[in-house]
Amino acid sequence: MASVTNMLRLDGVDRSFGGRRVLQNVSFGAEAGRMTGFVGGNGAGKTTTMRIILGVLAADAGQVTWRGVPLTRAVRRRFGYMPEERGLYPKMAVREQLIYLARLHGMTASAAARNTDTLLERVGLAERRNDLLEKLSLGNQQRAQIVAALVADPEVLVLDEPFSGLDPLAVDTVVDVLKERASAGVPVLFSSHQLDVVERLCDDLVIISAGTIRAAGSRAQLRATHTAPRYELVVEQDAGWLRDHPGVTLVELEGARAVFELPRGADEQPVLHAALARGPVREFRPVVPSLADIFREVAL
Amino acid sequence: MNTLAATQLVAAREVRAKLRDRTFLLSTLIFLLAAAAATTLPSLLSGGPATVAATPEISAQLRAAGLEVREVPDDTAAERAVRDGDTDAAVVAGPTVLARDQAPADVVSALSVEPPVRLLNPAPAEPPGAFLVPFVFAFVFLLTSQTFGVQIAQSIIEEKQTRIVEILVAAVSVRALLLGKMIAGTVLALGQIALVALVTVVGLRLFGDSELLDLLGPAIGWFLPYFLLGFVLIAALWAAAGALVSRLEDIGTVAMPVQLVVMIPFFGVVFLSDNAFAMQVLSYVPFSAPTAMPLRLFTGDAAGWEPPLSLALLLVTALAVLAAGARVYEGSLLRTNGNTSLRTAWRERETVG
Repeated sequence: MASVTNMLRLDGVDRSFGGRRVLQNVSFGAEAGRMTGFVGGNGAGKTTTMRIILGVLAADAGQVTWRGVPLTRAVRRRFGYMPEERGLYPKMAVREQLIYLARLHGMTASAAARNTDTLLERVGLAERRNDLLEKLSLGNQQRAQIVAALVADPEVLVLDEPFSGLDPLAVDTVVDVLKERASAGVPVLFSSHQLDVVERLCDDLVIISAGTIRAAGSRAQLRATHTAPRYELVVEQDAGWLRDHPGVTLVELEGARAVFELPRGADEQPVLHAALARGPVREFRPVVPSLADIFREVAL
Repeated sequence: MNTLAATQLVAAREVRAKLRDRTFLLSTLIFLLAAAAATTLPSLLSGGPATVAATPEISAQLRAAGLEVREVPDDTAAERAVRDGDTDAAVVAGPTVLARDQAPADVVSALSVEPPVRLLNPAPAEPPGAFLVPFVFAFVFLLTSQTFGVQIAQSIIEEKQTRIVEILVAAVSVRALLLGKMIAGTVLALGQIALVALVTVVGLRLFGDSELLDLLGPAIGWFLPYFLLGFVLIAALWAAAGALVSRLEDIGTVAMPVQLVVMIPFFGVVFLSDNAFAMQVLSYVPFSAPTAMPLRLFTGDAAGWEPPLSLALLLVTALAVLAAGARVYEGSLLRTNGNTSLRTAWRERETVG
């Protein structure tokens, strides 16, 4: 855990809409220099949480701090935000509106223009810079939207589903740009439904379900705490006998191949011995649980 | 960056966007053409002084009266000129004036001797139609404030409909957004009116009635501060109205009450303009003051201390409506999936620092 001075933190955030509680005691942090994936099902509270971070919605209780200081509009102006509901001015030229947005975040006209041009080049929109936004394809509008979040050199990046609607090539570009920002010392908090993308991208993970945080920490930490040790065994004949082996919980069984879990802290060697006693063993290895596994374990 | 700088940025963007909007440019052009036509066409179409056919003996006297004279050898030729439509009238021996179907007043008066008149209690000269001047101004105010007010509401709804609003309010305060839009609307409205006024003044100077022009001067002087504050008030109303709906198609549902609030006082002033007491009351009610007070000033019914007082009242109301508008806007901002009732918007305000 890094010191609080380089963290975007939420502490005990509550929010209700007309009596329906949407967030309950939400607390987690996004560390500077790391990519933090924010995952949860539909309606779990991701968007509400992000809106509260950006001050678009108010929290009923709790607070959000950056470097230990509660957020004010002046602090938030240095944040970059990509809302879930996308939108820019359809009838305004791409470059012009990005410069406008950068200036609303406090940049000078020349710095805003410089950043806009660099980023448009980077995401492959340089040639369309003077086109009206509405003339762009949806994928290109999405690229412009990402530039809008990055254009003012934000200290903190909060991105709600940044990869939805992007083609695979654009996903790679955006992943590169975000990683660059993270390694420059920016906390990058992003939500996504695409667990494979999150898996590839995030250093830390926050899992939310029904308005409460179920797990938060680095991927390795979460694996260690939230999933039981898992092994794959391939033998010569049917592996069905594993079902009756003490301590084993079968996850998958296909003839000679089986995936099973053992209680935390249990020794796996007795299972291997038992298998060898029955015949040759072709494979025996620990299985690293995927993010989807962790997610299923924690959120459901 | 403070609220002021943010407001400026917002206003500058609104103005730029509008100046590129074809509809706006076209409507301004049409206004300008109408103003130019209204001031120049009457004198161009009236065709100048009447033409008269006359024999050389009498032509000098007619020319001296400013008439256009065609000299003819005799009375028969003069009569023929009228019958053929070559001239408007003819003067023959007698002298008798010949014309087709109407007595030509300017020819008649050129030949008559008017007795001298001495007025003992002269009234200030007032060109015909002067009493209409404040009503014309009031109508211009009504028209402009409605047009630009609707546009402010549209611009607010558009930002909600295109969802960019979430990025905007994450960066700048709602107040700066609203204020920026209102300032832009006011600047554009004043700019459009100033252009139309310029064309009207130049047109009147060149082709028309400079007496009417002299009357317009002081009226414009009082009209300006009332227009300015009156517009801010109405703009704030429209901004609040725009904040309540989330789709441009729904603007009609909130436009009606705002339009009534603006129209009823206007017609009140028009119909009660002879009732001194009613006018005095209306000149303090913020919604009718921009129309009623300049009218009272124009007719000389208002004392010197009255306009500053009514302007102050107007300003306070405008600021109050602006603050209320901002609150409603905050309360309805993210309810982009339906219209928000005024009461809900008021209560559900997001109190974000």
